[in-house]
Amino acid sequence: MAADPESKPGQIEQLRLRERLTKLRDLPLLRGVGVSGELGRLERQIERIAAEPSADEVWHSVELARHQDRPYTLDYVERIFDDFVELHGDRALADDPAIVAGLARFRGRTVALVGHQKGRDIRERTYRNFGMPYPEGYRKAIRIMELANLHRFPIFTLVDTPGAYPGVTAEQHGQGGWIARCQLEMIGLEVPIVSCVIGEGGSGGAVAIAVADRVLMQENAIYSVISPEGCAAILWRDASEAKKAAAAFKPDARHCLDLGVIDGIVPEPPGGAHMDHDAASALLAELLETALGEIDGNEPKARRLARRDRFRGMGVFVTP
Amino acid sequence: MASRIDVSIENRRDDRPGEAAHGPNTCPRCRSHYRDDELDANLRVCAQCGYHFPVRARGRIAQLADGGTFFEQDADLRSADPLGFFDLKAYTDRLAEAEMATGLGDAIVAGAAAIERRPCELAVMEFAFMGGSMGSTVGEKFARACERAADRGAPLVCVTASGGARMQEGILSLMQLPKTVSAVDALREARTPLITVMAHPTTAGVLASFASLADVIVAEPGALLAFTGPRVVQQTTREKLPDDFGLAESNSRFGHVDAIVRRSDLRPYLGRLLALFA
Repeated sequence: MAADPESKPGQIEQLRLRERLTKLRDLPLLRGVGVSGELGRLERQIERIAAEPSADEVWHSVELARHQDRPYTLDYVERIFDDFVELHGDRALADDPAIVAGLARFRGRTVALVGHQKGRDIRERTYRNFGMPYPEGYRKAIRIMELANLHRFPIFTLVDTPGAYPGVTAEQHGQGGWIARCQLEMIGLEVPIVSCVIGEGGSGGAVAIAVADRVLMQENAIYSVISPEGCAAILWRDASEAKKAAAAFKPDARHCLDLGVIDGIVPEPPGGAHMDHDAASALLAELLETALGEIDGNEPKARRLARRDRFRGMGVFVTP
Repeated sequence: MASRIDVSIENRRDDRPGEAAHGPNTCPRCRSHYRDDELDANLRVCAQCGYHFPVRARGRIAQLADGGTFFEQDADLRSADPLGFFDLKAYTDRLAEAEMATGLGDAIVAGAAAIERRPCELAVMEFAFMGGSMGSTVGEKFARACERAADRGAPLVCVTASGGARMQEGILSLMQLPKTVSAVDALREARTPLITVMAHPTTAGVLASFASLADVIVAEPGALLAFTGPRVVQQTTREKLPDDFGLAESNSRFGHVDAIVRRSDLRPYLGRLLALFA
């Protein structure tokens, strides 16, 4: 993707997305979730996704990605999986509630799940540290992913964090180093990995658990190198210019797809995932299964190398 | 170099208190003042108190590589502007200015070298180029350095100095984290050693990717090595920060670096390591 101006990964992905939607429509997959009559609207949403988002639309995504009623990891877990056993602790120091991890039953098979977890009310938010992990959280993630690799369970990761926690203790415990090692761990795994950004994909703290064979984003999720406020504070010297900053660095799903950073966009129910958690879960489950199906049969070593090559190829530069 | 509107990460130098208030050749710790040639002769270390001034990439290569052995690669790679990024100034203008100011194509210089007669690949980051920030080009040049090192079976020595990922390339900059991690993974698979020398400052995206994955991590005295810098931590958490927050000495105490090595000892130290890995 680096040099060839002819390649348009976004368009190809768009086609793939359409293909998937066609498949979705042909399957009785939306049964019982109350949106089966909404396919027309879904299609219109895809049309909208396909168009270049305006600054206002980008900002709308930022707001929806952070919406207080947006489903969090555990909301999806209880709807998507038939069973889930949460596993705790990094076996070294602590259990970090900002990351949940465990084994789950998904469409008749065992998978491992790792995801950021935010809190809904003030008590839970504090307990979950607003979804901002310490190094302990990334160590727990590494532990569960190693466990999955050992027992040949596919891995799903759900990304939803403003960023890794910026605190004194987190630094002392090696925040940067553990984010790096979590990525290295994922590059090395031989089991299939599917990640989806379900809300805020905030910088290093997000990508730490998103080094996957297939990376998806929900329609209104954001994935970015820095928060719009942080970017505005540095480049505009004014955090209230966040909207301008967001329009400039384009953290929305459509742009991420165009840049080849993600493989597909997961549609949300009309109005956003917060409007209907059940429908959002059904759509997410379907695309997780589709994405897993694409890579499940590949030879493990080849799959690992393909994952490494995928990330090795990220970026745009020029050679005069 | 930092003009009034150029407010990006270049100005993170004032993370170390007091420094911004002095001239570039005045020691912020003991206020001794030096001529350029005096500082250069002492590897840009304060002769009075041992404070380590920043070193430019070319200067660092001259300090570390045996004379005449450095052979630069990928000097022609340049950053593109995939987002058409514009804040108070266009990204393309910032790139052009940084190139004018530093004489470099981007924030890293890489190539083949010998240190104490041991062949290696040497990659050195340039903090003066947009705060040493890592966009696609920096990531690509680092990844290619890994690949050349693996091909030649020569260790890679990387001197880091970076404010983190480059905001102007948006999500593609964030993707340089897993990209450089992928390159390190291939390097490890080839059993080729990676040594990083963390200079001031090594923060955010660079610390959270390849820099921390080295087989041996060496830090310069007094360098800020933190995922999040002290100002942001202070503003976000309102915590009382320890005096040595995020500094090399603190990182050493918590077990995140192998050694803090004074600049005068760095070249022989790297030479010994390269001999042991040979």
